[in-house]
Amino acid sequence: MAIELQQVTKKVAGEMHIHATDLQLYPEGFNVLLGETGAGKTTLIKLMAGLEKPTSGRVLFGGADVTKLSPQKRNISLVHQFFINYPNMTVYENIASPLRVAKYDRKEIDRRVREAAEVMKLGPMLERRPQQLSGGQQQRTALARAIVKESDLVLLDEPLANLDYKLREDLREELPRIFADRGATVVYATSEPTEALLLEGHTATVRQGRVTEFGRTEELYRRPEFFETADVFSDPPINSGEIRKEGSRLELNTITWEAPAFLRDEPDGPYRVGIRPHFVSPREEVESPVELVGKVLVTELSGSESVAHFTTPSGNTWVSQSHGVHPFQIGEDHKFYINPAGFLYFRTDGTRVSAAAEMATL
Amino acid sequence: MAHKTENPRAWLFVAPVLLLVAFNAFIPLMAVINYSVQESFGNNLFFWHGIGWFEQIMNSERFQATLLRQGFFTFIILAIELPLGVAIALTMPKKGFWVPVCLVLMALPLLVPWNVVGAMWNIFALPDLGLLGATLNGFGWEYNMTSDPFDAWFTMILMDVWHWTSLVVLLSYAGLVSIPDAFYQAARIDGASRLSVFRFIELPKMKHVLTIAVLLRFMDSFKIYTEPFVLTGGGPGNSTTLLSIDLVKIGLGQFDLGPAAAMSLIYFLIVLTFSWIFYTLMTKNDPM
Repeated sequence: MAIELQQVTKKVAGEMHIHATDLQLYPEGFNVLLGETGAGKTTLIKLMAGLEKPTSGRVLFGGADVTKLSPQKRNISLVHQFFINYPNMTVYENIASPLRVAKYDRKEIDRRVREAAEVMKLGPMLERRPQQLSGGQQQRTALARAIVKESDLVLLDEPLANLDYKLREDLREELPRIFADRGATVVYATSEPTEALLLEGHTATVRQGRVTEFGRTEELYRRPEFFETADVFSDPPINSGEIRKEGSRLELNTITWEAPAFLRDEPDGPYRVGIRPHFVSPREEVESPVELVGKVLVTELSGSESVAHFTTPSGNTWVSQSHGVHPFQIGEDHKFYINPAGFLYFRTDGTRVSAAAEMATL
Repeated sequence: MAHKTENPRAWLFVAPVLLLVAFNAFIPLMAVINYSVQESFGNNLFFWHGIGWFEQIMNSERFQATLLRQGFFTFIILAIELPLGVAIALTMPKKGFWVPVCLVLMALPLLVPWNVVGAMWNIFALPDLGLLGATLNGFGWEYNMTSDPFDAWFTMILMDVWHWTSLVVLLSYAGLVSIPDAFYQAARIDGASRLSVFRFIELPKMKHVLTIAVLLRFMDSFKIYTEPFVLTGGGPGNSTTLLSIDLVKIGLGQFDLGPAAAMSLIYFLIVLTFSWIFYTLMTKNDPM
């Protein structure tokens, strides 16, 4: 179902929690809300659910205004970060609870509960109580409650945040498959950019109560229209710096390089550059890279990649992310090579300078 | 291989607790057991009496009547205070300016000492001067606590409800505020009724604190002494003589140490048994 927010705002005790937001969710697929804790993801979800009423603006479900409609009349499901189930009901009764309230007949309830339990791999657990289950199974029960209802809108508020790493990966892989043919619009809130990328679909980046941008996840990652979007949608955090354009040359402190073609017609003056950490390498991997010397502060080595935090000559803290294990000496100066293809150029107002023919290889 | 290190100094650390427990629990209990199996005469003469006192107490109509009275009292107290306490807790605000106000108001009765409560209600219930007594008489109820057993019971129960419902309220409230909002949200999305929310979310989540509330109220009401003693002195007649009041009459009034000791032990075992049964029943289904 097409879900739409029109000029929705939320003010709590004089404080703007959500600034005027227009958002048209992509029906029948994953819509990821990506943002830091406190950015307003949960508030947006509550507004869609009807658990909170917008201060102004309208919420539309399939074109119909539901702004004043109570949550139970919206045919939605919500799965929370904490594993919310009725404590003294069995798993079976928990999954059946939304159907019981909706007064389905017993056979239909049984059929649907068993089907949902099958999908969520809860078959053998049906007679247990939530406290007797592992965290993963408790969350599977909550998810089963969400799918059994055949809702138009399924809201998942950081559903995997409290699970162990392995369980999180398993369930994340399953989720798109589980919701694939159900015809529901799924909203998935997360604070992890990687998770948004893994889920595919569409993503809305949220910062300080604003949806900065909404679009196909891949597009949004590769070609963000705003610096804020790039900043939200980058893990490790995106490297940024003030640069100046002088004719066809760009300079960052003492480092200069040739401006790309699409930037040459722009006026001279200050710009902001954003570089994702994986374009900054301690090895010379591409032709004519931009070179930079930085003092290494912290390093994180995993088996397959090396992450180094370093201070640039202009005093910014940047991050380099490269394949393989690279020996860094903390406190020492290292040379870093930046792939010029990775530069994202923004005007001082935060909008990106984009080219009609952009490299699709980013 | 686990090797146990012997260090006699460890006893030093345990000694204070051992001494404390010895003086405040073990030695008195042993003394009571000692009295309960002996017949005492003047000049500190004691004779072995076996389980004679226990037989006598168990077969005494007086004890049976008192026990029945006590059971009745405790039952009524629990039947009123638990639902009332939970109901009040449900109506209390969960956040905002009124929370501390409500909590302090609720805590007030708990701060009043037992004998003061008894004295207060004694005056409160005076048929000519007391606010309660005079008002009731004004409405045409010939209320007199000192002559009418029903009135005496009515006052005693009202007093206990006034004094102790707050405890149930505070415990239930603590249980209620610890329920995350997400549970209520889930119920709202399901469209669950207010009754279902209480039955399937609030009650199960309050179970642990309610267990404690039942245990505390059971034990306290079963061994209650000061308040009814100051209020009615056990009268009129024996109508409000609860177990502990009777025990004091036998032990300190008549100085029948043997029967009093035997009665104490029976009394103690009853409280212990019931508390254990309650606790076991109420925590039966808990995965610990």
